[in-house]
Amino acid sequence: MTTEKRLGLFIAILAVGFFTYLLVFHSQSLAAWWRIKRLVVVQSMVSGLLIGGVYALIAIGLTMIFGVLNIINFAHGTLMTVGMYTTLCTYNFYGIDPYLSLLITIPLLFLLGMFIQRVIIRPVMGSPMHNQLLLTMGLSLFIMNLFLVIFRAEPMTLRTSYSGSRIFIGTIMISFPRLAAFGAALGIVVLLFLIMHHTDLGKAIRAAADDSDGAALSGINVKRMYLVTFGFGTALVGAAGSMVMPFFTVTPHAGETFNILSYVIVVLGGMGSISGALIGGLIVGLTESLGAVFLPGSSKLVGVFFLFILILLFKPEGLMARRTGR
Amino acid sequence: MLSPFLLRLAILILFWAYLGQCWNILSGYAGQFSFGHAAYFGLGAYTSTLLLVNHGLTPWVGMLAGGLVAMSGGLFIGFLCFRYKVRGVYFALATLAFAEILRLIAINAAFVRKSMGIQIPLRGGNSWLRFQFETTNIPYYYIILAMVIGSIIVVHVIQRDKLGYYFKAIHQNEEAAAALGVNLLRYKMVAMAISCFMTGIGGTFYAQYFFFIDPDLVFGPEVSIEMLLRPILGGVGVVWGPLVGALVLTPLSEVTRGLIRNPPAFLPFLFPLKGRSGVDIMLYGIIVIIVIIFMQHGLVGMIMAKRRKWARERHGME
Repeated sequence: MTTEKRLGLFIAILAVGFFTYLLVFHSQSLAAWWRIKRLVVVQSMVSGLLIGGVYALIAIGLTMIFGVLNIINFAHGTLMTVGMYTTLCTYNFYGIDPYLSLLITIPLLFLLGMFIQRVIIRPVMGSPMHNQLLLTMGLSLFIMNLFLVIFRAEPMTLRTSYSGSRIFIGTIMISFPRLAAFGAALGIVVLLFLIMHHTDLGKAIRAAADDSDGAALSGINVKRMYLVTFGFGTALVGAAGSMVMPFFTVTPHAGETFNILSYVIVVLGGMGSISGALIGGLIVGLTESLGAVFLPGSSKLVGVFFLFILILLFKPEGLMARRTGR
Repeated sequence: MLSPFLLRLAILILFWAYLGQCWNILSGYAGQFSFGHAAYFGLGAYTSTLLLVNHGLTPWVGMLAGGLVAMSGGLFIGFLCFRYKVRGVYFALATLAFAEILRLIAINAAFVRKSMGIQIPLRGGNSWLRFQFETTNIPYYYIILAMVIGSIIVVHVIQRDKLGYYFKAIHQNEEAAAALGVNLLRYKMVAMAISCFMTGIGGTFYAQYFFFIDPDLVFGPEVSIEMLLRPILGGVGVVWGPLVGALVLTPLSEVTRGLIRNPPAFLPFLFPLKGRSGVDIMLYGIIVIIVIIFMQHGLVGMIMAKRRKWARERHGME
């Protein structure tokens, strides 16, 4: 038995012991606590899962870029704000509904992603990791501060007629725009799965991810796959930006939180794994909203980061590691 | 004597050169790319400041205490990561997460006054004992100069010692180094300890120079980014890299910031941007992108490659 496993077992035994102790000796107060908190917990689990779907969409974009290009894109969260501001502008100037604006943001961000890959990312393909990290960080600084110059630092909101509407299931309240965002995110993920598994393009992208040399030898234009994948990843995160606008406040720095969250999700699910990112997104959404219930003040993310460090230590390959094992 | 603006600039250059060198020891020499050095910086700043504000302890002792606390933090996260063979990207992300956890804790912890931050009480006058100079910046200049020289000496000693060879071996190929009998865990921990201790000391200097700290200022991701920007621009794993990088980048950012704040008459196109924050950092981003694309080994690396090329050409001529 390895040390890791022994330690894991030890922690598991401790946890089980602690819960047994609580159940046996404090069942009265536990029951009282549950009566008070039950509704809050269930409610926050529902909203956590809903926002988790959007997180998953963001993280899938990131994980695709990592899996295919082997690039750490630190500008990912900032590209989300591009989607947010695009939706905000189309709504304010032309009155286009945020969900309809997806038809604009997705192609726009796709082109932007391809442009970024061609001009900035391609020269550093295969260079040391810190160079890629710094390069995308520079890009992120640029975009973020461009927005700061144009839109200033004031938080901006977009309020539609349905922004405040909600649905009740029993005693649980579900915010309609969040449900819509969740549905739209899932729809896009399903579409992406279909593209990746049932079209030649998707198969070529997956081939380039598994073995770029082998893919090139069998006649796949790997450089073009890199271009398209970066475009896809950017389009996904841009779409997520549009979807959250009805219930989210945008600032030039809004992408930072999403950036770090999407890293947590990608590592959690296994770098390069799309299904891992999907599950990871839901887990992180849940952890975050439960953290808001149990942790004081604005420290709801502490739980997420704690989870992150645990995963890094005990299962750094992630929950759904790709079999090619890169 | 230097004008106040130049003196401030010199202090900032040396300050970032010092922090860059701290980062360089762990990430440049030992090859463990840290993305969360703000954690150790903030631990140092908060430790000495709390000791000063709550117990009246002189920051000179607080500095050592801060260094030790930062080192313990570094050894803690380092042990977890190195023990479980967390490397490369994963190590970078783990350090980032550690710094973010500390930042969030500081924002919510009452004993560090949450996000309001801590103001260092001004008692008037200049005092070496209290590490507080209100009417002059010159002592700060000498202190940070001594710190930079100290950091360069430390790096020199490491490089000439066996330790330097172990670091280099770990950086280049961990498996090969382990096969040759280098104790990976031990030497990574040594690199972590030195780097974090020195970063913590830098945190105390920051607190005493600016008289104010808050969670975002000392634990924020921007601090980690600023810390690694200069050595990467100058040259990673090169003694003079952080200083060269700081000499280029710091004046650039200060000057652009000044130009945007008060555009001179001969640059009319800057007027519409007057007072808008962000333009300076936008330029920063562009510079970083250009540097990374065209000078992948940093300024020092580029100069050395040029010199080697010239030397070769001269040999060819002879």
